[in-house]
Amino acid sequence: MVTAGLGTMDRPGAEQVEVREAALREAWSAWPGVASGRHIPPPIKADVRSLSFWYGKVQAVKNVSIPIADRRVTALIGPSGCGKTTLLRCFNRMHDLYRNTRYEGQIVLHPSSTDIIDRRVNPIEMRMRIGMVFQKPNPFPKSIFENVAFGLRMKGFRGRSEIADRVEAAIRAAALWDEVSDRLRKPAYDLSGGQQQRLCIARALATEPEMVLFDEPTSALDPVATARIEELVQSLKERVTVLIVTHNMQQAGRVSDFTAFMYLGEMVEFDRTEKVFQNPGKQLTEQYISGRFG
Amino acid sequence: MTPIERTIRFRRYQDLGFQVLGASLTVIALLVLGALLLDLAKTGLGRLSWSFLTSFPSRKAEQAGIASAIVGSFYVMIVTAFTAIPLGVAAGVYLEEYSRRNWFTAVIEINIANLAGVPSIVYGLMALSLFVYTFGLGESILAGGLTLALLILPIVIVATREALRSIPQHIREAAYAMGATRWQVVRYHLLPYSTGGIATGVIIALSRAIGETAPLITIGALTFIAFLPPTPLTPRPEEDGGGLYGPFEWLDSGFTVLPIQMFNWVSRPGDAFLTNAAAAGIVLIVATLGLNALAIVVRNRMRRRIRW
Repeated sequence: MVTAGLGTMDRPGAEQVEVREAALREAWSAWPGVASGRHIPPPIKADVRSLSFWYGKVQAVKNVSIPIADRRVTALIGPSGCGKTTLLRCFNRMHDLYRNTRYEGQIVLHPSSTDIIDRRVNPIEMRMRIGMVFQKPNPFPKSIFENVAFGLRMKGFRGRSEIADRVEAAIRAAALWDEVSDRLRKPAYDLSGGQQQRLCIARALATEPEMVLFDEPTSALDPVATARIEELVQSLKERVTVLIVTHNMQQAGRVSDFTAFMYLGEMVEFDRTEKVFQNPGKQLTEQYISGRFG
Repeated sequence: MTPIERTIRFRRYQDLGFQVLGASLTVIALLVLGALLLDLAKTGLGRLSWSFLTSFPSRKAEQAGIASAIVGSFYVMIVTAFTAIPLGVAAGVYLEEYSRRNWFTAVIEINIANLAGVPSIVYGLMALSLFVYTFGLGESILAGGLTLALLILPIVIVATREALRSIPQHIREAAYAMGATRWQVVRYHLLPYSTGGIATGVIIALSRAIGETAPLITIGALTFIAFLPPTPLTPRPEEDGGGLYGPFEWLDSGFTVLPIQMFNWVSRPGDAFLTNAAAAGIVLIVATLGLNALAIVVRNRMRRRIRW
């Protein structure tokens, strides 16, 4: 029972719940596997619509459409060179840093309905709203504290205590606080690889992004560090939407709610993770998952 | 002996042979350098004294000193450093981080490489017509410093670019992914991380500039100077109007530098002046080696502080 006070006033009636549920199912109607189940599908955070991407004349992503569920983990899997990292890097417009690249299609970010790859949208705004964690831990050669504070300073935070509070919150959220709280002023490069990667996650979280992109975040780490990062990714979905590229299928199975399987730049299958892994709809997916190629 | 043993043996001799060759050539090079230094020391060391460092040039070799040359070199280096460092670093950052690769930047790059190879006297000739006459700077410290700045500009640019290029791309990506603008990436990441490399290049370039003679003679640096440039904010003599010297009046002063003073003495008859030249040479070499040592210290400190 909800006690009097907060929440009682606008507690939706059964009718409203139904309307909302219908709207969500409608939003996912293009993905019957997700829309029909027992579960009510989550809102869509980002909608990739007919996205294509070219490096010069080479088309790396071919007409891909995927919904990214709000505050869930979506995994992109597929063999090397299938375009999953290229797709991921479209979300924060990283390709804009290099010449001779071209996007086509849309990535609509909700609820603001911003088309991420629209030329009129400033890539810097997208990068401030969508964080990224890279394959190899890449902290700045600065102190642990300054690594996490960098994004805050760029966002215009000036107050010393406010920055300190937010840095601490971000490092805690990255499950690193107990290990570094007594040496925040020490160089980030004194940390182990796994700690460095969690520091990079803290750095991405500090500015409270709407979404965090992970590009094979554990491929340079040992199994213990990998397990910690996976645990962390799982816990992150309470607060942010996560999109993770991995070529470790077990990892996709462990951490994600939704999985997209890509092959040669095309999206072969997208569904709930357990569906993709237990009962894939396409033969190609089944072959990849059972390790017959890739 | 099996064939495998025979080939291993042959290759080991090959290895040893190259090692011996390399070591002996290194020793020869060092011996030549050592002999030069030793000869200089033998001739000039006895002449070095406090009064030699603090006296003005004189017609009498025993009374002559290098005060005006030391001070002149110092002032000229200040002008050179303050001109070449900002220009060179800015140009290097632009070429490495901002410019797109097209035929225009390709032309600029080739020209910078070529500039580094232009004989220094050609710079002197250009400076004579541009700085001394066109800009009307006269035969001043300012003109001399600008000339040497031009001379070392390509070295500073190349050093800056090398230092920036050694920063891994994933560091840039990390900064851009946080939403940094290009300027923020340069200002808060690339420049701080490349300071060591840039400083090393700048110091090496200055140590080259301090030994340059030809371009300064071309623009008319004097060889016999019995006064020091006006020190900023010191009293001006009554007969010259009184009051204080302005903070930048020294820029307009005539000057000489150590290598020119040496050149002047070498070309005079008599062993006494030759001894003076050798003594001035020791001072010049100490300055150069000191700058190079500073460069090594800076590089090592930065290397310890920054890793990726």
